[in-house]
Amino acid sequence: MNNVYVSYNNIISSLGFDSETVVKAIHEEKTGLKLVDDKSILPNDFYTSLIDRNKLQTAFPKLKDVDYYTHLEQMMITSLNKVIKASKVKLDDRVGLIISTTKGNIDVLDANSPFEKKRSYLSALGKTIQDFFNLKNEAVLVSNACVSGVLSLAIAKRYIQQEKYDHVFVVGGDIVTAFILSGFNSFQALSDKPCKPFDKNRTGINIGEVATSVLVTNDKTKLSKDAVEILGESSCNDANHISGPSRTGEGLYRSVNLAIRQAGINVNDIDYISAHGTATLFNDEMESIAFNRVGLGDVPLHSLKGYFGHTLGASGLLETIVGMHSLHNNTLYASLGFEELGVSQPLNVIKNTTKKTLNTFIKTASGFGGCNTAVVFKKNIE
Amino acid sequence: MDNSFYIKSHCRIKNSKISLNTVEVFERETKDFIEFIKAAYKSLDTKYPKFFKMDRLSKLAFIAADVLLKNENLNPEIEQDIAVVLSNKASSLDTDRKHQKAIQDKENYYPSPAVFVYTLPNICIGEISIKYKLYSENSFFIFDSLNAEHLSIYSNSLLETNKAKEVLCGWVELDGDNYDAFLYLVSTKGKIEHTKQNIDKLYKL
Repeated sequence: MNNVYVSYNNIISSLGFDSETVVKAIHEEKTGLKLVDDKSILPNDFYTSLIDRNKLQTAFPKLKDVDYYTHLEQMMITSLNKVIKASKVKLDDRVGLIISTTKGNIDVLDANSPFEKKRSYLSALGKTIQDFFNLKNEAVLVSNACVSGVLSLAIAKRYIQQEKYDHVFVVGGDIVTAFILSGFNSFQALSDKPCKPFDKNRTGINIGEVATSVLVTNDKTKLSKDAVEILGESSCNDANHISGPSRTGEGLYRSVNLAIRQAGINVNDIDYISAHGTATLFNDEMESIAFNRVGLGDVPLHSLKGYFGHTLGASGLLETIVGMHSLHNNTLYASLGFEELGVSQPLNVIKNTTKKTLNTFIKTASGFGGCNTAVVFKKNIE
Repeated sequence: MDNSFYIKSHCRIKNSKISLNTVEVFERETKDFIEFIKAAYKSLDTKYPKFFKMDRLSKLAFIAADVLLKNENLNPEIEQDIAVVLSNKASSLDTDRKHQKAIQDKENYYPSPAVFVYTLPNICIGEISIKYKLYSENSFFIFDSLNAEHLSIYSNSLLETNKAKEVLCGWVELDGDNYDAFLYLVSTKGKIEHTKQNIDKLYKL
């Protein structure tokens, strides 16, 4: 089968509007999280990372039409536009589009939204993005809770290996809304401080917003300098509970194991883990159990939630892009917010950003519905 | 494409009727979906109390999956290597609207975790996975209408790369009063070839 790569990429976030700027901020351990008081979103103050709306509109590729597009569509289009331009891929019928989102234009459901209610359908979001770029194929929307972003990369690879496409643009995005924050708050999952993944004093998650885009391709002439190959991927359900992680980490354990097996490498070949690390008590504990069951307890690991919060359907893509830059820069980025280990099994959480030769990393995610996904990436050496 | 896979069985829930391999297994004339699906639960001897906690989309997907998988005579005590690949148009909007109603008025604000958890379409896959011990690949896709080509490519990919032995696949739409479930089991055994044309043909029945 064809080798499949993740190539040109972009991040639109509170830390910058391109991957290099964002990764530089991460290198300097700057967080995009801020305390926000917005009663239209949540009765109490909350930490979040938001995309500046004025800055986004200025960056939008068709400024005169910007009002037609929702906030999320502006984010996704601005992001994808940069990746399409950088890659110079000809947009013919061999090009696919995958959109990863949990809630899409969910703000449209609000009684005060200026947009028609039909825009709340994810297929309408897909059509808007497809039409903007005049892409030939219907958008494939992936909505599989918090694993959507990393699962979308696995799905892109599978479509390419089934010879449906040669190139797939994968766009991820979700927005910070009253809908989402009220829900997580009702679960008592929100932290009133900047989140601290895997830390002893962690008190829950922050929710943030980003849009991310990548090119997934089998074409070796379309590889960016930071491109990685997708070596193996797996997605396994916990078959245990719809809103709580498995106590044994069963689904994540199986996902990691199978992804490594498909990659044809050993556990020892993994240079670092880009974990999910939402900073809730149960999630981080579950991850520590799963990683130790695989034998990855001493491998350097980080969660990037301390920089952006949990960005839902975009998070897996966002964290994969940072991982690609991590390999390219041979740098392990600090797990922001972490001080002292607060899970029952040993983990080698990255405290300080450090230089190290890196070739391979694994990205994992877990979400509601009992879903888990793991993907192994390897640096592309020309 | 590869024709070594087959549609082993298929289930349809629509217009107050449930059929398995085109044979009607339940009917209840009513416009009310909840009345219909609860009557089906009872008549089909489902015996799974968690069903009553599920949202409407999960109830629909669960009963469709249960009709198909019960027919397989699986041992409920052991895990099954069956992937679940579902799709629809309205995602979880039915429950999304319910959650939005609970938060719209700040004077009458009552968000509930029991509702919020169902504001993701893949939760119904979790419900099916729990009942049938499916520690397997799962994904939820959104399309404007049933996309037989994409579903067949994806199922073939999972089977050819040994991600699963069988795939429980199809369409589960619930939007207002409209409901429509069409699930089928893709396998190495069966009589109907697993092709885009056959999926479309069965859906149009």
